[in-house]
Amino acid sequence: MSELRYHIRHDTRYEYDQPVGESRQMLRLTPRDLPWQRCLSHRLVVEPQPTRSNDFVDDFGNRVRTLHLQSDHDALIIRAESWVALEPRNWPALEDSLNWERVRSALAYQAGRHFPPDLLDANRFLFESRHVRVKREFADYADECFPEGVPILIGAKHLMNRIFDEFTFDPEATTVSTPVTEVFEKRRGVCQDFAHFMLSCLRSIGLAARYMSGYLLTRPPEGKPRLIGADATHAWIAVYCPESGWVDFDPTNNVMPDLQHITLGWGRDFADISPLRGVLLGGGSHDPEIEVTVVPEGEFDEVYAEVEDAPSWLPGLAPTADEH
Amino acid sequence: MPSSLLQDFPRLPQRFDEMRLDEGDVRPQWAPFVDRLELLPADTLQRRARYVRESIEADGVTYTVYEDPKGLKRPWQLDLLPLIIDAGEWDSLSEALAQRAHLLNLILADLYGPQQLIADGLIPPALIYGQLGFKWPCRGIVPPGGIFLHHHAADLARAPDGRWWVLGDRTQGPSGAGYALQNRIILSRTFPDSFRELQVRTLASFFRASQDTLSRLAPTEGGEAPLAVLLTPGRFNETYFEHAFLSRYLGFPLVEGQDLTVRDDTVFLKTLRGLRRVHTIYRRLDDDFCDPLELRSDSALGVPGLLQAVRAGRVLMANALGSGVLETGALLGFLPAIAERLLGEPLKLPAVASWWCGEPPALEHVIEHLDELVIKPTFPSMRLETVFGYQLKGEARTRMIERIRAQPHAYVAQEWVRLSQAPVWSRRHERRLVPRSVGLRMFAAATPNGYTVMPGALTRVSPREGDEVVSMQRGGLSKDTWIRAAAPVARSSLLKTRLGVIDLVCSGTEIPSRVGENLFWMGRYAERCEGSARVLRAALIRVADTDPEAQQTLPGVELAARRMGLLQVQDEDEPVKESEELLLAAVSDLRHYGSLAACLQRLSGAASQVRERLSSDNWHALNRLSQLLVEPVDDVEQALLAVDRVMQSCIALAGFAMDDMTRDEGWSFLIVGRRLERLAIQATLIAGVMREEPRVRGRSLEWLLETGNSIITYRARYRRAPELLPVLHLLAFDVSNPHSVAFQLDNLRRYLQRNARELGQSRPMQLDHLADTMRSFDLTRFEADNCSDACEELANLLFECEAAAYQVSDELQRQYFAHTGRTARMGGWQ
Repeated sequence: MSELRYHIRHDTRYEYDQPVGESRQMLRLTPRDLPWQRCLSHRLVVEPQPTRSNDFVDDFGNRVRTLHLQSDHDALIIRAESWVALEPRNWPALEDSLNWERVRSALAYQAGRHFPPDLLDANRFLFESRHVRVKREFADYADECFPEGVPILIGAKHLMNRIFDEFTFDPEATTVSTPVTEVFEKRRGVCQDFAHFMLSCLRSIGLAARYMSGYLLTRPPEGKPRLIGADATHAWIAVYCPESGWVDFDPTNNVMPDLQHITLGWGRDFADISPLRGVLLGGGSHDPEIEVTVVPEGEFDEVYAEVEDAPSWLPGLAPTADEH
Repeated sequence: MPSSLLQDFPRLPQRFDEMRLDEGDVRPQWAPFVDRLELLPADTLQRRARYVRESIEADGVTYTVYEDPKGLKRPWQLDLLPLIIDAGEWDSLSEALAQRAHLLNLILADLYGPQQLIADGLIPPALIYGQLGFKWPCRGIVPPGGIFLHHHAADLARAPDGRWWVLGDRTQGPSGAGYALQNRIILSRTFPDSFRELQVRTLASFFRASQDTLSRLAPTEGGEAPLAVLLTPGRFNETYFEHAFLSRYLGFPLVEGQDLTVRDDTVFLKTLRGLRRVHTIYRRLDDDFCDPLELRSDSALGVPGLLQAVRAGRVLMANALGSGVLETGALLGFLPAIAERLLGEPLKLPAVASWWCGEPPALEHVIEHLDELVIKPTFPSMRLETVFGYQLKGEARTRMIERIRAQPHAYVAQEWVRLSQAPVWSRRHERRLVPRSVGLRMFAAATPNGYTVMPGALTRVSPREGDEVVSMQRGGLSKDTWIRAAAPVARSSLLKTRLGVIDLVCSGTEIPSRVGENLFWMGRYAERCEGSARVLRAALIRVADTDPEAQQTLPGVELAARRMGLLQVQDEDEPVKESEELLLAAVSDLRHYGSLAACLQRLSGAASQVRERLSSDNWHALNRLSQLLVEPVDDVEQALLAVDRVMQSCIALAGFAMDDMTRDEGWSFLIVGRRLERLAIQATLIAGVMREEPRVRGRSLEWLLETGNSIITYRARYRRAPELLPVLHLLAFDVSNPHSVAFQLDNLRRYLQRNARELGQSRPMQLDHLADTMRSFDLTRFEADNCSDACEELANLLFECEAAAYQVSDELQRQYFAHTGRTARMGGWQ
């Protein structure tokens, strides 16, 4: 199977009660280039025009754009548009992976023992972080999926299955700041919560796991057309396995990500890779309106055929055809 | 000769005695001091102990203990006696500390760079990656000169065998050096003779070296002079006194996050003259709070975009952002091996034996030897209490062990060092020394030639006999620390360093807008306090006076007090309160917004924001003033006494304002604040009387002179009962009377003009035509028997003056201060 191409449009609109005099934003909206993913074209459009913007790569390898706006504005609009090509992931046979205790001890510190680069890198994702907790209760939850001697990827798949079965997707149940312990109690949440919970389970038994940020191609209901803005940002996890590297699991959808998951980047948890983060001086802030549209190459013309489909608040920003 | 101080001084078994040898003789380094002490009579020692306490109060030396019922300003505790350390011993300690600081700097460079120490198994990843103190966004930043750790402090304790051990390191924004200096200033005055005789090493050179390093490393361009600032979390921080003190001592403006702004990856200070580039930030703000954009997003104390400026190499942070990562006690046990690797030599200053429970063998050892150990959280951010193993019994012990087993990586155990004992002057006895546990906080500073160590330290003392913890947060005491020099010591202080012409020209120009704003409000509140006190005094005298003529005039004064917001507005369904009750509340009821006590509180609030700009005497006067009305007054007599004291203190403050402060731009805002407030008060008071019917008007002239502080002048000039024309002339039109309306208008015009010129702003014009109208007012109109029209006209003009005063205040706020994003408002004025 050859590569698949997608167009992603990610619009964010902030509206303020009072004019904002100064604003700084950090955007992590640029898809990474990866062995299975190429970012063919990408552009970020910001309205109003920032006084200054900068690009850099953070310590996890994610591309970051910083914005500084210095004149009064009542609204801030950010559009990220990308063309991305995906190749099949060809995941290793799960049952052939190392047994999980061996992975755990390879990751564990021993005085004077040298860590090769990949194990050192994996160690960053082994401990507590802002949204991920290492606790006995999480280890207990994972235990059932990781009996003695089970291959790590089989264990991880079982854990994903278990979370998918026992947790309910419920956007009303949590907010960005709901602690993972509460998500566990309620057994409810959104993709972010599912990911933070699975990370907590894996790290609590001594395995390295990272938070993946990106998009998911959704299928319109049978017989309905694909709609602009019908998608959302997505989150899943990847677990570290010495021989095969990082292997992705999506506990919200109970799948191993492949040709429908587009990766923006990763970190220890959401805090490292939140798509937008900002500080305002003045003004009153509200949650932004966010609109994400993921379109397979073949449907692009159809979806964006109608000019009025382009949101009216960004005239002159009709989606561009791919530049590759 | 009185009985020997040493006679009653007990010896504790299994403890090192700092002052005496095992045989009971005084250690040689203490001998000259103890000899002198023995000669001093009890009352001299008492007097010196009192001098120490009073100096602390006078200098306003405070340390905030969070959730202290005594409130924010807890006086710093300094013992009468210093701790004296042998010079030879000190030299080896210093050398060892310099090595340690150097090593910690290399570790920071590795952790925020290649992380080879982690890769090679010399530091467990959990200790770095597993803590919030490691700041990933800072990785890859190489600070100017490769120096991450500009200031280092280590806490040391002396074991019973006499050896010193490190208990912990402070690497983020170590506190205490300023307190050590303050202790020194006080104690060298308390024992000037001993201090000279012992040739105690001085501290100034240490601060000078640190100051030089910070300016030398500053990323300046094209020969510009570096601007260094001291960044404080603000006056609610536990060591705020020290920030203000060091800011003055080092000559670095004291700033808060909101005073700084980042434009084009460059940090600027917002000043009354506009933006000034900042090259160096000496920070006392924790890593987490420095930049809400990239670090803790809920921080209101930091500077958004600061990390980008650091990344661009445009500003020096001292210490580097992220240096807090080394404050984990779990690292101590790994330092010897790291020293061998990075320095190729053994670690000179040993740390107390410690076990990080994240290593399984260490965990078992800890549980087995709990009685001999002290249990601490691995990371300071975890905010767990330190627990002594031997104090854990039964249930508590089982629970602790369970907690450690459940999260072994979260705990560190240290060997329990039985702290050495030093003599402390007993407050309860006439003339006695008592033993207390002591620990040292030593300080190192980076210089281009390696680290230099302060030849002195902050000695911390346990609050009670037998206590094992020395911590200022736990209400501990401190001591000055003396080390004798081999040769006579040259006395110097940073404050007296010889300066060049350029310093003279530059000094005082970098005034943060926030400082100008607080000086302005300090001026307004001080004047409001004084004016309120005068009106209340006039009212209280009339309440106390039984003469019916005096009582007749009371309603008029009360009306004035009400107009000033001094008297509570009563709800209709409330029982009517007596004058007396209302006036007492107006004096001391803090719940009433307009009361004198509440005004004093706001004055003190504004003043403490500009603490570093006030002389010690000025600060002392403010301190006394804020203490005057902490207790409610019960009767008129008490109230009069309190109001009199407030008035005297206010007059002293006015004196400081005119005579004690540098006349820079900040000062001019203080004066403008005073003049505006006085203009508003005088104008309202006179206008109110002008609107009364002629009989009441005539009766009111006496108290109007009183509240206008002009009664003496009036009597001297006219030697007769107050009459309308001369009173009005004196209080409203006479430009030579500093309490008159015309004087305020004239002065304001001049100061505002000067400010506008010097700061490059436009001048508020409202007052100009008012001053002209006042000047051309025809006073002969008041000679007539019926002068009601003239009075009405004057009343209108004065009310216009009052309104203009507030308009100008708002305008200044907008022009010079508002970009700080916070606007103070004064309320309660009707």
